[in-house]
Amino acid sequence: MAQSIRLTAHDLSCQRGGRVLFQHLSFALGSGEGLRVSGPNGAGKTSLLRLIAGLLPMQGGRLEVGAGAPPLPELCHYVGHANGIKSTLSVSANTSFWADFLAGEPARVGSALKLLGLEALADLPAGLLSAGQKRKLALTRLFVASRPIWLLDEPSVSLDAASVKLLDAAIVKHLKSGGLAVIASHLALKVKFAHELKLGGKGSA
Amino acid sequence: MTPALALLRRDIRLAWREGGAIGTALGFYLVVVAITPLGVGPDLNLLSRIAPGVLWVALLLASLLSADRILHNDYEDGALDVLANGPLPLTLVVALKSLAHWITTGVPLALLAPILGLLLNLPIEAFPLLVLAMLAGTPAVSFLAAIGASLTLGLRRSGVLLALLVLPLYVPVLIFGVATVSAATTGPASPWPPLLMLCALSLASIVLAPIAAAAALRNAMR
Repeated sequence: MAQSIRLTAHDLSCQRGGRVLFQHLSFALGSGEGLRVSGPNGAGKTSLLRLIAGLLPMQGGRLEVGAGAPPLPELCHYVGHANGIKSTLSVSANTSFWADFLAGEPARVGSALKLLGLEALADLPAGLLSAGQKRKLALTRLFVASRPIWLLDEPSVSLDAASVKLLDAAIVKHLKSGGLAVIASHLALKVKFAHELKLGGKGSA
Repeated sequence: MTPALALLRRDIRLAWREGGAIGTALGFYLVVVAITPLGVGPDLNLLSRIAPGVLWVALLLASLLSADRILHNDYEDGALDVLANGPLPLTLVVALKSLAHWITTGVPLALLAPILGLLLNLPIEAFPLLVLAMLAGTPAVSFLAAIGASLTLGLRRSGVLLALLVLPLYVPVLIFGVATVSAATTGPASPWPPLLMLCALSLASIVLAPIAAAAALRNAMR
């Protein structure tokens, strides 16, 4: 993993449907630092993550990674509200597709499923999984392709206590190895975040 | 496996698994062609004269049935977010998904066409050219459908709107497709010039349609 990755945001702003969600938003994340984004519903947490992932067009401001790095979207893992799981494919087929498509390591599919406790379900169609298991399946793509920036949108939704612990540990490990993480979460994760960002409810940060 | 191959393989597998995609298109094609003789009467000469047109129109409608699957499911379940963050440009993602649609819809329909030609008293000499023309023309059908699929992404009842948007774009394919098969049945014109035009239409669509579809897709995802 490239050690020199930095994520710097200058003066970001975001409008959705004519309503200003946030403006003049700046932050800088160095290698190994996490940013926790909090705020009431509709404050723009998801929009901020999608903006960083390149899924929303920039409306103002700049996002920069270190010089010479690949384009930002290719450095990011984005796990949003929708899991992106194909219900007719088996659990392992879903994960191996991500490993292949994201140019990751197909050899790590087994260990990723094991890490999240899905190895016994590997041959089951993903449509039969419970909501929490689907969430865990979506999170396996973090482990089959290594990318320095994790963008997680409410990753702990519908996870049980044991799984939240696993996720916690995985995020800590990712940060220790020099990765970055931007996480929008209501739930208290035990990860020590280097930065906190509170998006306000009244339209601006 | 390279990312491109992985995506192509996944889409083909999904089309088989999710049922409906291939079966519905083939079944629809069969039913439309089978009820045509009931509508126009048992005049064999008339049937063989209109056979190329009926086979082509029914093929276009049948392939539109599954056209919204090119992108709609991935948009609904969030898989498109992952595809957009992969190493492939969005244009190539759309192109691969259109290619998968051609393999799972265009090719089976083209191979079924001669059997349906029997129902319409199409001369057997015309069968090879019929299949050839359809194999040459259906890539354009799938790739142009991707434009409609990305323009109607996220809309309710998108299938009907998609048909309205895309069917006019199919007119050149229809004209040259029917001309190829008619030339083989009625002569004396050579079937090759319209067949080459079909190939040109397909090649142009393969290059240009993904660019348009990816632009529409970016707009739909915001």
